[in-house]
Amino acid sequence: MIVIIDYGMGNLRSVEKALEKVGAEVAVSRDPDELRRADRIVLPGVGAFGDAMANLEKRGLVEAIKGEVAAGKPLLGICLGLDLLFEESDEHGRHQGLGLLPGRVELLPTNLKIPHIGWNQINIRKESRLLAGIPDGSAFYFVHSYVVVPGEESDILCETEYGCTFVSAVERGNIAAFQFHPEKSSSLGLTILRNFAS
Amino acid sequence: MLCKRIIPCLDVRNGRVVKGIRFVNIRDAGDPVELASAYDLEGADELVFLDITASHERRDTVVDLARRCAEELFIPFTIGGGMRDESDIRKVLKAGADKIAINSAALANPDVINRCSRRFGAQCIVVAIDAKLVSSGEEKKWEPFVHGGRTGTGRDAVEWAREAVERGAGEILLTSMDADGTQDGYDINLTRAITQAVGVPVIASGGAGNLDHLVEVVKEADADAVLAASIFHYGTYTIREAKEHMAAAGIPMRLK
Repeated sequence: MIVIIDYGMGNLRSVEKALEKVGAEVAVSRDPDELRRADRIVLPGVGAFGDAMANLEKRGLVEAIKGEVAAGKPLLGICLGLDLLFEESDEHGRHQGLGLLPGRVELLPTNLKIPHIGWNQINIRKESRLLAGIPDGSAFYFVHSYVVVPGEESDILCETEYGCTFVSAVERGNIAAFQFHPEKSSSLGLTILRNFAS
Repeated sequence: MLCKRIIPCLDVRNGRVVKGIRFVNIRDAGDPVELASAYDLEGADELVFLDITASHERRDTVVDLARRCAEELFIPFTIGGGMRDESDIRKVLKAGADKIAINSAALANPDVINRCSRRFGAQCIVVAIDAKLVSSGEEKKWEPFVHGGRTGTGRDAVEWAREAVERGAGEILLTSMDADGTQDGYDINLTRAITQAVGVPVIASGGAGNLDHLVEVVKEADADAVLAASIFHYGTYTIREAKEHMAAAGIPMRLK
């Protein structure tokens, strides 16, 4: 069972439907106990970093996520769910993140249009089971204004160009996260979700 | 590099697509979800559904459309048509639409853009502008029209685009009423005027008749996306042909 964490940030329905499409058994939940019973966890999200952390804390989900990840359970972060894994963010003031990975979250350092919206290519920087079947240079769907700056180079899984080079995916052990939306990225996005679910 | 987008547009009445006849391998060419999935397979980057159901019957059809598309469609989609206020918009987004497009409601009550952008995020608020070149005496301007192009507003489309973005529109869907239906190409001057006026993506619409038109509006008017209906629905070109043609002209495209 894959549990999608519902902490009141954005539309979880498309993530749920996409995981169902690749044959996964899925539940959407805000219950820390259900998280503990899950085989895999998805941390999705759209919106502001500070609100997201406040909602996770209010629902007792911060400790539950940290505990499950420490115990080795696979976690997939998507978009804001990637940002939250890091130590801190400057999005509208300074906020502490989950701190599961070293590094910070910053506004996209570009003079191009922000948010960065649309299909953009990924350059794969290391081997990953989650990217099996994904050709280097494939395009995925992005909607974001902030990017992660990992403290540890070896965590970088993919990079993308948008007026600068930014980190579009990270992976370390049982943690993987994408700045783009696999659930909105057609068949290649579904391939990533299928790789995660299996 | 960020790709330019190709967006087929489907007109839907009472839950059924009213154009879109060329796919031979689907069971029901009137089913928006089935047609949309066929376009996804062909490489469409996004889809726009315009609900053209008579307004008194519409409220629920548009929410139902969003819900059904969200079940089966794994590319971003926008729904437009007849949403009047924040509560209509909330329902359609909650049902699973990635973005909503508003036109008449935004012009009648521009505050709805501010409220919805703040509440749901600029990225899901598309302001659709149907513009027509009008002249009064010596002066010419593009005027936004509402109610499916039937009613003039007396405003200036370029000014209105700028205001809509200041209020929080994340994208402009720009239709040239002069070019629409002609198949003679997009209105380059109008599109350029809008892309130069705003700092958000502009989707060009109206007038696509061949693949060079798609290239032209991106290269000459700096459009971020091209929307087309007839050339795809009636099978003049496939999405793949269109993308390959644009890529060959040096435009960054998503080619699988």
